[in-house]
Amino acid sequence: MDDVALARTTMGTSLAFHIVFAALGVGLPLLLVITEGLGLWRRDAVWTDLARRWSRAFGLLFAIGAVSGTVLSFELGLLWPRFMELSGSMIGLPFTAEGFAFFLEAVFLGLYLYGWNRLSPLQHWLCSLPIAISGAASALFVVMVNSWMNSPAGFRLENGAITQVDPLAAALNPSVGTEDPHMLFSAYTVTGFLVAAVYAAGMLRGRRDTAHKRGLALGMAMGVVAIALTGFFGDASARFVYQAQPVKFAAMEGVFETQRGAPITIGGVVLPSQQRVVGGLEIPYALSLLAAFDPNAEVQGLNAVPAQDQPSPEAVHLAFDTMVGLSGLAGLAALVFWALAWRRRAVPTGRWLLRALVAAGPATVIAMEAGWFVTELGRQPWTVYGVLRTADAATSAPGVGPTFAVFIVIYVALAAVTARLLLELARRTRASAT
Amino acid sequence: MTEAVVAILWLSLSAYAVLAGADFGGGVWDALARGPRAHRQRRAVAVAMGPVWEANHVWLIFLIVGLFTAFPPAFAALAVALYLPFTAAMTGIVLRGAAFAFRAHGREAVGRLEPWGVVFGAASVLTPAFLGAAAAAVASGAIRVSGGRVTSGPFDGWTTPLALDFALLAVSICAYLAAAYLMVETGDEPDLQADFRRRAVAAGLASGAFALLGLVIAWFTARPLVDELLGRGLPLLVLALLNGPVALVAVLRGHPRVARLAVIAQVVLVLWAWGVGQYPALVPPDLTVRATAAPDATISLMLVVVAAGMAVLLPSLYLLFRVFKGRAPV
Repeated sequence: MDDVALARTTMGTSLAFHIVFAALGVGLPLLLVITEGLGLWRRDAVWTDLARRWSRAFGLLFAIGAVSGTVLSFELGLLWPRFMELSGSMIGLPFTAEGFAFFLEAVFLGLYLYGWNRLSPLQHWLCSLPIAISGAASALFVVMVNSWMNSPAGFRLENGAITQVDPLAAALNPSVGTEDPHMLFSAYTVTGFLVAAVYAAGMLRGRRDTAHKRGLALGMAMGVVAIALTGFFGDASARFVYQAQPVKFAAMEGVFETQRGAPITIGGVVLPSQQRVVGGLEIPYALSLLAAFDPNAEVQGLNAVPAQDQPSPEAVHLAFDTMVGLSGLAGLAALVFWALAWRRRAVPTGRWLLRALVAAGPATVIAMEAGWFVTELGRQPWTVYGVLRTADAATSAPGVGPTFAVFIVIYVALAAVTARLLLELARRTRASAT
Repeated sequence: MTEAVVAILWLSLSAYAVLAGADFGGGVWDALARGPRAHRQRRAVAVAMGPVWEANHVWLIFLIVGLFTAFPPAFAALAVALYLPFTAAMTGIVLRGAAFAFRAHGREAVGRLEPWGVVFGAASVLTPAFLGAAAAAVASGAIRVSGGRVTSGPFDGWTTPLALDFALLAVSICAYLAAAYLMVETGDEPDLQADFRRRAVAAGLASGAFALLGLVIAWFTARPLVDELLGRGLPLLVLALLNGPVALVAVLRGHPRVARLAVIAQVVLVLWAWGVGQYPALVPPDLTVRATAAPDATISLMLVVVAAGMAVLLPSLYLLFRVFKGRAPV
């Protein structure tokens, strides 16, 4: 691999690792607000106990999220100095705001994790609110930066030089309205489904106490609302991409030639050499209809731009279908759960449903990762769409290869130890409960 | 306005140094815990760090973000020229934080025999060491930039005798800060407090020695730095030279609160003597504050965001430290 490919792989691995912890860092505090609030309001120790258990896991997950996020803030500069030099003055403001949000999250997390015995129950619960708010705010601010890379705004490009910088217009660039909520709700989706998966797994092993039923139901409640909103804003995102980044849209859908009345191809393998998708299910006119609400709307193909400006459609199409497919299946499982719950007026505990929910948790994580692959690989060869090529953004410093190797080892170790400790935490919680 | 941003960034650097620096110092004392009270020493470090270390760490994020927002070319130059020491420090930051979290949430809260205990101690030493070496590269003017490209080599400036001295200085100052804070926090346990007093004296003497040695090395190898410190930075340097013994006497006499304040003042004075001394350069000798500043629109909006953010952040930080570090815990 050349240095640019190494820098991309290093950055991609770091992002893929961090996003899981970041999503939980956004979603879990909201669950803590709800559970601890219910415990306080209903004077119900089971809810309070749930909050206490989750707060221990959250403490660990937040710490790993914080350090892996720090790696990213370093890597922005270390791997992409030309990108930061060009865009720092435009994307710095959302990052600065994110810095404050992260600060508040860390401050109130300290109070929350270590304050169980130092604060009154009400004071303690109040500390969970700023964590949830600033967690969501962090996500929104950071994704603003990614939106800017997709739809750069707030400046003029004159002979390669950036002039007339308007940082507010850069922060509120055109794709913020769709990309920001899409990511925010997918963080809640992942958290809800993962929590539900943990309790579904426990119930499959015969633990069917109140805490398990409530954990499952609450996770599913958050999951079903969030996945619906994620889907809604995902759909809006795709339509935005159709307008603003037609090349990415073509890669997502595996469209090579510009055409009217374009069919949608579900699944299949894109073969760039043969300029077609093999083995997919083709629905006539569906793509034009979905993208523009008009069966005869024109969809631009990859070949509308020179080869050097095209992303690789095989990975982008696969990632897009993975995201949509897995989200659809997870959403279906949630709907079945709530249909059964409504009919039986009780938390459903059928084994096949529980098994499906155990699978749905990781499936939503994979869907979220796949979504990021769509937006990042689909934007290539650009780091800033139409403005800065990835090859020009990368560092000239030596040593990118060793850095990559070191960080792979670190991430694997962190993931393994975190998983082990979470399992250990769950085991000890059960031991102390019985 | 640009000056205001530089001042904010230097304040953030100072906050990071005196707050997160002490957390690294805590790791140093964790690694060096000895004698019959070793376990209690580690426990005191863990209790002191637990609620605050993540918030303390954010000052670094704030610094990085502020630098690339307000001075993008300076940030890019530092990232290229100091790629290796920054990557090493970043590795240390990740491992230190993860190791602390693993131990705090793992089976045993403290205990060095666990591999993560060793990682925690080692990363707590290496991180400030590499950051100190990187600071030496900046302060000594070893990073050269011409036509927007870094022209100095990947090892320039941070592998010199001065950088080695700064690395040792950074580690010993972190240890000094931590020991002084821990003297305050172990007020109810005189035997433990005495342990940390001895450690504070040792770290304080070491810091003083490395600081003076640094001046001597700079005299021979980085004369512009000495000129800056003796020029615009002179008043602050004099204050630091006067304050140093005050801090040490307060430690020796057993006035933990005075000692804590004096050690903080010492670190801040040294950092500001450097910063004021090298102004208007940001990355001397080639990059100045003016030449690398972002457009006015960005700078002024950044000041608005920072003012609004601080209005929420500072009371929150006060609350955090009040609850966990106050004289009479809530």
